Amino acid sequence: MNSGNVLFRLVKDRLFGAGIILLSFGMLVPLFLILIYITRNGISAINWEFLVRLPKPVGEMGGGISNALVGTVILVGLASIFSIPLGIATGVFLSEYRKGRLAYVVRLCAEVLQGIPSIVIGIIAYSWIVISMGKFTALSGGVALGIMMLPVVVRTTEETLKLIPDSLREASLALGVPYYQTIVRVILPAALGGITTGILLSIARIAGETAPLLFTAFGNPFMETSILKPVNSLPLLIFNYATSPYQEWHTLAWGASFVLIVMVLVLNVLAKVVTARWKVKF
Amino acid sequence: MTSRRKSLNSGNPGAALVAAEAAFTRGLYAVAIFVVVLLTAILVTLLIGSRESLGTIGLGFLYGKTWDPVSSEFGALPFLVGTLLTSFLALGISLPFSIAIAVFLGEYFREGALSSFLRSAIDLLAGIPSVIYGFWGLFVLVPLVRSLQLKLGVPPFGVGILTSSLVLSIMIVPYSAALGREVIQLVPSDLKEAALSMGATRSEVIWKVVLPYARSGIFAGVLLSLGRALGETMAVTMVIGNSNFLPRGIFSPANTMASLIANEFAEATEPLYVSSLVEIGLLLFIVTTLVNIIGRQIIKRTAVEV
Repeated sequence: MNSGNVLFRLVKDRLFGAGIILLSFGMLVPLFLILIYITRNGISAINWEFLVRLPKPVGEMGGGISNALVGTVILVGLASIFSIPLGIATGVFLSEYRKGRLAYVVRLCAEVLQGIPSIVIGIIAYSWIVISMGKFTALSGGVALGIMMLPVVVRTTEETLKLIPDSLREASLALGVPYYQTIVRVILPAALGGITTGILLSIARIAGETAPLLFTAFGNPFMETSILKPVNSLPLLIFNYATSPYQEWHTLAWGASFVLIVMVLVLNVLAKVVTARWKVKF
Repeated sequence: MTSRRKSLNSGNPGAALVAAEAAFTRGLYAVAIFVVVLLTAILVTLLIGSRESLGTIGLGFLYGKTWDPVSSEFGALPFLVGTLLTSFLALGISLPFSIAIAVFLGEYFREGALSSFLRSAIDLLAGIPSVIYGFWGLFVLVPLVRSLQLKLGVPPFGVGILTSSLVLSIMIVPYSAALGREVIQLVPSDLKEAALSMGATRSEVIWKVVLPYARSGIFAGVLLSLGRALGETMAVTMVIGNSNFLPRGIFSPANTMASLIANEFAEATEPLYVSSLVEIGLLLFIVTTLVNIIGRQIIKRTAVEV
């Protein structure tokens, strides 16, 4: 054996390892650049006024994002009302009738739903609700976000229920508990942690969605709490103000971005805490 | 399970119980069917919405180069090209990074502080809303690209295909990296040990055993990333420059199918205009669905849970 050749191979091995580490952590550079940039620009805009005031017209400094915060809560609430019960029930169906043909089709549909680009969901909610009501509404935005949230809830529910051992179900049935009560009172409570995690993650996902709201919730510079009127939301406000030519509006958008990122982070951390504390384990 | 339920019913002949149970089962079925109906309704809505443009323009829609709402001329070619260019360029940029991360997490550091740090960071990357990527791209990447363009002597738009691809490439890394990591972890250790015992170095094991074995899973992850890139709207809309002409190169401003809809749908009033935009949505739906289904089928064959 040629020792130079071995040396060459060893050097190549080291270089390869170094390359992997370099590339892996290289990807973190843009992440930190984004976080630092948003924090630096956003945090100076944030104070109590910023959270409770309405945006000011162009030319006036100050102003806040209260309407967008309220709007986001309304939209996420509507989406949750629509998708959580439906998603959990579908998840139960998939885990109970795991092998059936309908389950196969439903699972496929949920996967396809998850892959639909958000802008197409916007077109759908527009065609179904905005056209028939003749106006932009929070309701249509909520439905659009709900359609995006649904497949995530379905999948996490199904995956969590899969982890629940059959012995639990059998014990309940052996005690004479009817089948449906076994599911509602025994299986679902046992899976609550996993399902909650899924819901938190799906909310984190839709809270930052903009595209489906462009022609449904539409945005609104004023405070609006009716679900039959257009409302603003954090991502919509960021989009509209970021693409405007005005410095003051950019400041508002940076502040709103910071708030949005913190919100998404908190939801993700919360989901992790729930998973750790409330894990399905048997 | 059915037999278990039957025995339960016969042992407990209360009619109310039987009725409640039947209602519960029916309810589950109804909900499941609702999901199927929902997806069907989405497809039908898109088809009906694009009926007019399908009928009037027909196949010419796919290769028409002019998109001019004023003269009612609708050709989608610039947006098809724009979408494919941005997505594949983004895929190309992100691929070395996502494979490196997959190898790092799946082979070099499976556990430990370093690995969980990297994993949380990647999760965070996936969690940042796309409008924020767009905002950052607009204020940070656009000036950077503009100064690069000045140096190269091309028109300094700043916005354009390259800028969108850069933003997209950051956004899609988590999807292929996560799946890649899982398939790399599934490579049987006796294969790796066999190669190591023959004197192969670690990098040779990775190149010649791990990556070939995990090939199809990695490919599936790339497809999922592609699906994401094709349909991504906000970040692209903010940095692509919104030009409805056929892009001439990677520096030129363009529009993707998604960004076109985002820009023009709310303003479109004329029926053929709206219908053409819906047809673009239909195309986007079909393409992303195909890419996703193929990706997921490959994943199922490699038996990885995602």
